[in-house]
Amino acid sequence: MSDQQFYHALKVDKDLCYGCTHCMNVCPTDAIRIRDGIATIRKNWCVDCGECMKACPVDAFYVEQDDFEKIFSFKHRVAILPSVFIGQFSKHIKECEIIDVLKSLGFTHVVPAEATVDVINEAMLEEQRSDREKPMISAFCPSIVRLIQVRFPGLVNNIIPVKPPIDSTASYYRQLLQEEGKSSDEIGVFYVTPCASKIATVKSPVGDEMSNVDGVINMDFLYNKVYHVLKTRAESADVCHDTVPYLSPKGLNWSLTEGEASNMTGRCLAIDEIHNVISFLEKVENDEIVNVDFLELRACDQSCAGGVLLTENRFLTVERIKNRADRINASGKYVQNISEKHKQMIKETSEVGKIEPRSMMVLDEDMGIALKKMERVRRMMCYLPGIDCGACGAPNCESLAKDIVSKEAHLSNCVFVQRMMEKTKKLDPMHSIRIIEKTWGKDRLDKDCKKKGAKNEGL
Amino acid sequence: MEFSYEVEGGNFAKAGNAASGVKKVLKQLNVDPKVIKRIVVALYEGEVNVVAHAYKGKVLVDIDTSRIYIRIEDEGPGIPDIDLAMQVGYSTASAMVREMGFGAGMGLPNMKRNADAIEISSKVGEGTVVELTTKLTS
Repeated sequence: MSDQQFYHALKVDKDLCYGCTHCMNVCPTDAIRIRDGIATIRKNWCVDCGECMKACPVDAFYVEQDDFEKIFSFKHRVAILPSVFIGQFSKHIKECEIIDVLKSLGFTHVVPAEATVDVINEAMLEEQRSDREKPMISAFCPSIVRLIQVRFPGLVNNIIPVKPPIDSTASYYRQLLQEEGKSSDEIGVFYVTPCASKIATVKSPVGDEMSNVDGVINMDFLYNKVYHVLKTRAESADVCHDTVPYLSPKGLNWSLTEGEASNMTGRCLAIDEIHNVISFLEKVENDEIVNVDFLELRACDQSCAGGVLLTENRFLTVERIKNRADRINASGKYVQNISEKHKQMIKETSEVGKIEPRSMMVLDEDMGIALKKMERVRRMMCYLPGIDCGACGAPNCESLAKDIVSKEAHLSNCVFVQRMMEKTKKLDPMHSIRIIEKTWGKDRLDKDCKKKGAKNEGL
Repeated sequence: MEFSYEVEGGNFAKAGNAASGVKKVLKQLNVDPKVIKRIVVALYEGEVNVVAHAYKGKVLVDIDTSRIYIRIEDEGPGIPDIDLAMQVGYSTASAMVREMGFGAGMGLPNMKRNADAIEISSKVGEGTVVELTTKLTS
């Protein structure tokens, strides 16, 4: 285990969070605790999947992004745009219209994030021929890579060490602009992200130090800006012309479920949504899954179309992207135009560094101490009620027991244990209230008719 | 530290419960993933054997800092010829069980391969006991 802190884009707004337990209960890695009435995230446990953000009833989670004005500190302003951005718009809006609006907002170049997909696919197929352990797992979704590091450390060697297209697209376009004679420090590359985990890879890539991206813009922010322009423009808007199709059909579909699996060899499976992925990886670990060559694993339901920063319904987005891909396929117009030299460069820069396991399940590095701690956890479970109510500020009784053993909580944090202790006069009722206030914040249990669902909500 | 798991004969949906439970424990104890894998694979095979052949069974696990001891005992038909059952490819599985992807005759040999020591005792008409011992540190 390393003590290195990992960058996380997911943050909690302390003014908005009112200390409910929704996020804590859905977190697939048990990374959330409630302290002083606010959700807190354990950085080394969090995999940036965004489930907490999706579950929050008051939008207290946010994804840290760069100030949009930052783009204007560069002469050449490149937007790296994932296909799911386009997929949110109906077929009546042409790709070139969206790109024109983005340019009117300040970008000088708009580049599809999946532009290098054919080269990445080739690199992945080459890796499939290596003697790596099977099933080989795609490194596309950063949350999945992190999930494997913290919960399935025995499977890190199954990950294909080829970066997702976004990284190589950023370096490829930077290279193209430099070849046109533009100076490197005048080029600003900005990634429009559909989720929190992609930001974390851009800011602190797993197994890698440098990133080719200068800033990150949240997709919902940019979608609102573009949609606003499209909605309020005059009816007789200038008609734009598609010179070349924006993306290949493969590129459009790549970030959707089956996008990779349908382009790999052998027996390939695609699994989306993080809980589905976890239960499948449990089976892979047990060797229950045999003769599968490739696994495409994505943290979000409907893959990137279900990203936490998308605005449009994910099923509509999937349908629209597929339709766009079909139309391009039918037109037969798409040609890949990456030169052999650039292909080589993309392949060279697409290799992921070593992905180290960093299990967050280990009770102690020393097996003897870990064994003693586990015995204590099991003894503690004799007293805890097994209701998993979360009223102690931990997601379930077992998590509380582990927190107690690692000296991060006390047995009296359990509200039921408190009642039992009061019954036997081991705990003063006023003391129980103080304990509860420590978890849930001062005056948290006072009458409050303005809280969510109460009679004066919003007044 | 001791753990115990029930195994239900004929219910393949629950085959692997003990293996998953033991895996979770070993991960928390910082056991090398390669060692965990061997143990879990052997135990999973054992569970499937009980589900496929016996009426009911029990998995008893004892862990200390040096080794894991697993005892899989069942009430079932027993094994008439243990040496034969240990042979790769030998199987008594019914067509139905084979259809579910089991019964390739790899169960016991696979368990032997993935444990440091294996002991099998069986009484025809009563049941079978398989004992697996594996060192936790390499």
